[in-house]
Amino acid sequence: MIDKSMNVLIVDDYKTMLRIIRNLLKQIEFHNVEEASDGSEALSKLRGGQFGLVISDWNMQPMTGLQLLQEVRADARLRHLPFIMVTAESKSENVVAAKQAGVSNYIVKPFNAETLKEKIEKVLVHAG
Amino acid sequence: MQDESSALAHRLDQLKQRYPQAEPAMVAEVVRAVLASMQGDLTAPETALLAEVAELGRTIARARAEIAALKVDDITASHIPSATDELDAIVAHTAAATEQILEVCEKLDAQGLGPEVTTPIYEACSFQDITGQRISKVVATLKAIDAKVAHIVAAFTPELDDADALPEMPADAELLNGPQLPVHAMDQSDIDRLLADF
Repeated sequence: MIDKSMNVLIVDDYKTMLRIIRNLLKQIEFHNVEEASDGSEALSKLRGGQFGLVISDWNMQPMTGLQLLQEVRADARLRHLPFIMVTAESKSENVVAAKQAGVSNYIVKPFNAETLKEKIEKVLVHAG
Repeated sequence: MQDESSALAHRLDQLKQRYPQAEPAMVAEVVRAVLASMQGDLTAPETALLAEVAELGRTIARARAEIAALKVDDITASHIPSATDELDAIVAHTAAATEQILEVCEKLDAQGLGPEVTTPIYEACSFQDITGQRISKVVATLKAIDAKVAHIVAAFTPELDDADALPEMPADAELLNGPQLPVHAMDQSDIDRLLADF
């Protein structure tokens, strides 16, 4: 059983995308959603709060999604946090780099709500 | 001919040492100097070689003149900035329109219209992110072309060799990644298969 009351952090430097993901999450009953506009802001929020899931873009400055993932996996408190990369980076070397860095799942943009729901459920069931 | 070839090689070596970054004009000058130094009877292969060298000299001179006439100032001062401004405006206008669509969609959600209506709208609005990234790639490519054209023109026109005035060359990394064209891109099922291999 997935606890949908958990805090979810969504990370993207493009505010329209944050708004879209927030609304899609709301439709699948994740209502506690926080936002960050790059990796460093996200890391600061993660270290200062309690989150059950991170959904992050890759291409951001100054800290990318991949760097954020590496920081999360290197942090003793956050290392097991489910982390989904949602990105337009669809080259196999990017997917491999994310997997090697410990990504929980990888969604390529443009994506649909069903894919987002399916990946979230898979990651959270596996983490639980 | 052997002696003349050696003399030519010697002359080129001297010039290379004196001017490590030899300009095309200097090559043309060397060609003219070699031609002027060639005297006496020539064999058929030597005549053919001479004609090739003379043509090479003329080609270099023509290229120099054509590149100098390119009006690179128009390209760097007007055409490319104008094109990038237009593309930036496209991104800004479509972003504003997308925000409006999302706002209406959220109102429909609040009125309980149901995800079967609003979810496809949210999904479709993500086009803005993808097109924005694609346009950013095009802008970066235009800037790279701008910089490279300016460098080529400067190399052929010494009067424009003020390197500080040239746009910086974007790193290749800036042109990499981001959305790929569908024909080249992996879709979600490809990525799922790749992840499953780990």
